[in-house]
Amino acid sequence: METIAVNNSFKSEEYFINMGPQHPATHGVLRLLLTVDGEIIKKVEPDLGYIHRSIEKMCERDSYQQIVHLTDRMDYLSSHINNEAVCLTVEHALQLEIPDRVKVIRTIIGELTRIASHTLWWGVMGMDVGALTTYFYGFRDRELINDIFEETCGARLTMNYNIPGGLMFDIHPNFVRRTKDFIAHFKTKLPEYDTLLTENIIFQKRMKGVGILSKEDAISYGASGPVGRGSGYSCDVRKYHPYSALDKVAFNEALGYEGDSFARYQVRIQEIWESISIIEQLIDNIPEGNHQVATNAVIKLPKGEFYQKVETARGELGVYIISTGTKNPYRLKFRSPGFSNLSLLNRIAVGGKIGDLVATMATLDLVIPDIDR
Amino acid sequence: MNNESLQNLIGSWDSELTFTEEGSEFLNISVQPKQLHRLMKQLKTNAETQFDYLFCLTGVDWETSLGVVYHLESTTHRHIVVVKVQTEDRKNPAFDTVSDIWKTAEFHEREVFDFFGIKFNHHPNLKRLFLTDEWVGYPLRKDYVDEINMVVK
Repeated sequence: METIAVNNSFKSEEYFINMGPQHPATHGVLRLLLTVDGEIIKKVEPDLGYIHRSIEKMCERDSYQQIVHLTDRMDYLSSHINNEAVCLTVEHALQLEIPDRVKVIRTIIGELTRIASHTLWWGVMGMDVGALTTYFYGFRDRELINDIFEETCGARLTMNYNIPGGLMFDIHPNFVRRTKDFIAHFKTKLPEYDTLLTENIIFQKRMKGVGILSKEDAISYGASGPVGRGSGYSCDVRKYHPYSALDKVAFNEALGYEGDSFARYQVRIQEIWESISIIEQLIDNIPEGNHQVATNAVIKLPKGEFYQKVETARGELGVYIISTGTKNPYRLKFRSPGFSNLSLLNRIAVGGKIGDLVATMATLDLVIPDIDR
Repeated sequence: MNNESLQNLIGSWDSELTFTEEGSEFLNISVQPKQLHRLMKQLKTNAETQFDYLFCLTGVDWETSLGVVYHLESTTHRHIVVVKVQTEDRKNPAFDTVSDIWKTAEFHEREVFDFFGIKFNHHPNLKRLFLTDEWVGYPLRKDYVDEINMVVK
């Protein structure tokens, strides 16, 4: 009998591909070393450090007032909340009694920051998966929040509005009116986000079942923020360790259960609604009083260790200060949410396609200076 | 579980542990490097402690010694504990990895290795994370000198 030679020469081969550091979907200078077999991802290895400024080392020679200014260069989309984290740690260490007015204003601006960050994320995420209109919608609405910030804080992005002891200055007379106007306006615009993108069948097919993260992995990898909550992991710092005026407001923790990119997407959209609700509860009840309490020009923390958690738009930011009683911290560590959220990328991207990796990374909402610090 | 009952429970596992709450809002446990991995495993798996969330891992240069600080939280019981480990060996400091217990430690330990030069035994991929492989020295150590790039106030 005749044997037929089978051609076995079409073997697939694994090879490396560089994604970044200048790739548009990495939103910053992140380099991913991909090992791929055709379109299938075998391994994702992040290469970090392109924008590392060693903020932690700089903090060791800076005063506590100066450190606040460095923090909005980490996750610049949550700058107000980052500033607040350092201020809360210092105030807690000094056992300062902070006026209620400060607490309420901090919370309102913090939630406005969260809305601004999520709106920008929604815009660029749509663009990542090929929907250019979302980019313009997102930036259009975020612009209105930036205008409010500009009037009150004097800056649109790196706000530096918090100081240890309170706020740099009182809110602008227009702040309450403009915030209310914005909320009323945005409530009519947010449903458009759903009709444009959430309900779009092409978009849903790109997001559903992609980049699935289990709840066990979410906890083990230290996921936080919408990334953890998309997997049904209840981890909202605002619920478990409330700070500023967050213990006075009622809101629901947005949770998803599928753990895929679409669940993380829905959690963020839901969080925008919750932030609107928090602002509505507080905006008419800003207590009268001082906008700061006096601190010494040179702040010296008592000897000891202090830890403060806050919930930024990306998740749990931790500030860990070790003080020896001098005017500088002996050691200051920022536990940044993006760092832990990036570490699980390999876990959820392997086995998927390169195109899925873009959709997955978009819903991790990475800000690279937050990871590199 | 409050700090006192945590101390009673964890202290019953190992008599060599030292506890303090001084200068910190959490219960601090100091452990010998040799006992580190066993303690960590027990902290995570014990039904009463269940510390399944390692939320912060920090390298510290105490000048006389090098150390690592682990902040642990339980997502079930919502209690927090801080574990500290130190070594006086500055030439070749090494601890056992905890990345097999909490996956997040894999990246955090690489960061500590990068900036403090502390090695982690049995780590799956221990190499520099932010700096290049050719970098000399460990920048977050207190005795690190870089006359060109560092501004001294």
